[in-house]
Amino acid sequence: MTFKDTFLNGEQGLFKPASLTPMQKLVLRFVVVGLLYYAFAVVEGMIMRIYQIEPITSIPDYQYYAILTAHPLVGIFGATYSLVFGAFLFLVPFLMKKPLWSFKLAHWTFLLVTIGTFTFWFAGFISHFAPLYTLYWPLPADFTQFSPLGGTFFVLGIALVMVGTVFFVINVFKTIAYTPEGWEKQPAGALLGSALGLSGLKNLFRKKEDKKEHLVSLPVAAIARGTVDTAFNAGIILFTGVLILVYMIAHLFGQDLKHTAVDALLYKNWFWWGLDLIADGLVLIFVAGTWYLLATLITGKKLFMENWARAALFVEMVVSWTVWSHHLLSDQAQPGILKVMSGEMVTAFELITQGLAFFITLATLWSARPLQMTNPLKFLLGGLLGFALAVPAGIMQADIGLNRILHNTQWIIGPHVHVAVLVGLTMTLYSAVYTLFPIVTNGAKLYSQKLATFHFWAHLIGGIGMGAFMGMAGLKGMLRRAIYFDGEFNLYMILAGLCGTLLLLAFLAFFINIVMSVGLKGVIGIFTPSKLNAKDLLPAESK
Amino acid sequence: MVDSEIVLNGQTYAYTAYAVVIILLIGWFGIKLTKQGKSSAVSNGLFYTFVGFLTVLGVSLHIITYNTIPWVPSDLNRSDIKPDKVFSITVGNHKFILPSEKLMVDVNDKVLFDVSSSDLTYGFGLFREDNSMLFQMQVVPGHKNDILWMFDKPGKYSIRSTEYSGPKGNAMIVKNAVEVTAKTNK
Repeated sequence: MTFKDTFLNGEQGLFKPASLTPMQKLVLRFVVVGLLYYAFAVVEGMIMRIYQIEPITSIPDYQYYAILTAHPLVGIFGATYSLVFGAFLFLVPFLMKKPLWSFKLAHWTFLLVTIGTFTFWFAGFISHFAPLYTLYWPLPADFTQFSPLGGTFFVLGIALVMVGTVFFVINVFKTIAYTPEGWEKQPAGALLGSALGLSGLKNLFRKKEDKKEHLVSLPVAAIARGTVDTAFNAGIILFTGVLILVYMIAHLFGQDLKHTAVDALLYKNWFWWGLDLIADGLVLIFVAGTWYLLATLITGKKLFMENWARAALFVEMVVSWTVWSHHLLSDQAQPGILKVMSGEMVTAFELITQGLAFFITLATLWSARPLQMTNPLKFLLGGLLGFALAVPAGIMQADIGLNRILHNTQWIIGPHVHVAVLVGLTMTLYSAVYTLFPIVTNGAKLYSQKLATFHFWAHLIGGIGMGAFMGMAGLKGMLRRAIYFDGEFNLYMILAGLCGTLLLLAFLAFFINIVMSVGLKGVIGIFTPSKLNAKDLLPAESK
Repeated sequence: MVDSEIVLNGQTYAYTAYAVVIILLIGWFGIKLTKQGKSSAVSNGLFYTFVGFLTVLGVSLHIITYNTIPWVPSDLNRSDIKPDKVFSITVGNHKFILPSEKLMVDVNDKVLFDVSSSDLTYGFGLFREDNSMLFQMQVVPGHKNDILWMFDKPGKYSIRSTEYSGPKGNAMIVKNAVEVTAKTNK
């Protein structure tokens, strides 16, 4: 095939959009949109990397902060939520061996996340609404700095994403529990109990002969438990959005409400409780579940210490409800008992639960050696390394003594956040994408292994390198949300910028590889309606 | 006394060593995974030992820092400690309002910085002349924000807001606002 033929029809013309079920098309749409928003986040990241070396004169500071506000939200909601929701809306019915409860609702999730992300990004871009994702009270309602109209659209965009998230949550739990048409009645309560870990908990108090079997597989249990946190988080963000919206709308109607009506510290506790359900909840739980699934798929073996893995997922869920105070270790009015118990001690449990998931995954892989170093395996190892680096970095900053000199420095956002998200989470997602690619495309072939190998090394070195140089700057006192005009930390920022460039090149290699694998016609075909049955996950003949 | 520079250096060495070891370990693991050889199962004992190790590590980190970093006990118990000096500082409209142009401190004095905000959430940090951080805290409106610090060596420190309070907050720097000098006989 010529280059032009491959570009139009995909590698060897193997990808046939007409053969895809509606569900496969929906998953691929989630992937396309997720990657598009990932590209947004990478470009924004690179703008900020350049800005940290030398402020760009054509971008004023208020625009910079609007980018800083949109960047993590586009990365988490637009990119990660799209990829994760797409994958899980496929995997839950796939692993439960029954159709998704509602294809329509899944489609609404896709639309709401896609449109919502664009809405808040565009509102921020136009109006420079920039209270950051932290929204510390009363900053989002400070109308001397921000436009209430821009803010209203910004909040509306976030709300759309959250409504899409609620639809995802309903769909996941309904799919686990419902009885498909023509099936024998399913034990809904027992299925949900197993998914949430309640039956496993009861087993601890049962005699050996009375212990009950787990009704749902471990990856489904992980998805269910992470989805609990997703639901709580959506509730908190929606409520907070409404609160901010009340102030904005009142201002637009000429009534300024008193900021002091909301206690800033209570608000901070409330908001971090909800926000941490993403960072220390669903991300860690979803990632652990994905590691377990990938390890068993790669090796074809049973998971090492499966019962411990289930218990750890349950503990992680409970831990994620009680760790928020590590974000308030520098808040002097925060009670000391909360700082020590929630901020330090409970947070330390994450070292145990995530370390346990790390060990179990490695032990499962080890039991099947020798293995071929496939793309899913190498990206899985990259993901494991990312969390092995980022979790201890987080535990260190969740210490009253060290937080005093680390809080809000580049250390937090470099070795902890960016290494966790870019290396740990994203490489795990790439592993899942490389694994699911032949399944959801009905056997399409990857265009170039050389590009995939470059993607791996450039992403791994770029991600770890960028985090490391940001961290070094943080240890020298560089703040994470400040602009430096005199090149105070230029050595570290130039090196971090070079590593950021590697990340950009890695993404381009991956993007070209995927487009050339499915072809331009294939990409367009993903967005045309499927004529197959919406209840089928895979085409009837391939089941 | 252990100062924040020493703590940061210690952290740099410890984390760098850990990062190098874990990267090498995963690299070694990846190579071994693909090599021919007998596949031996990982023993349960190794797993339980690992869980025990993580538990000890997680808890001991905080016990060690509590007992080695001098500002931790004094921070948690600052209401019971009588400071040698108190500076009341207010922040509002993206500006620090200091009790005097320069805050003079004697070496080894225990100084309480009591900072209040009249509008937004800010940060309050002291930075050395080489831009490295001495300490910081959050300044939340409607709440008491105080920090007790003992300065163990002479120097000049700039005050900077360490929390984002909108684009205007980036300029919240008071150069060399705190000056620590060797104790003079009074």
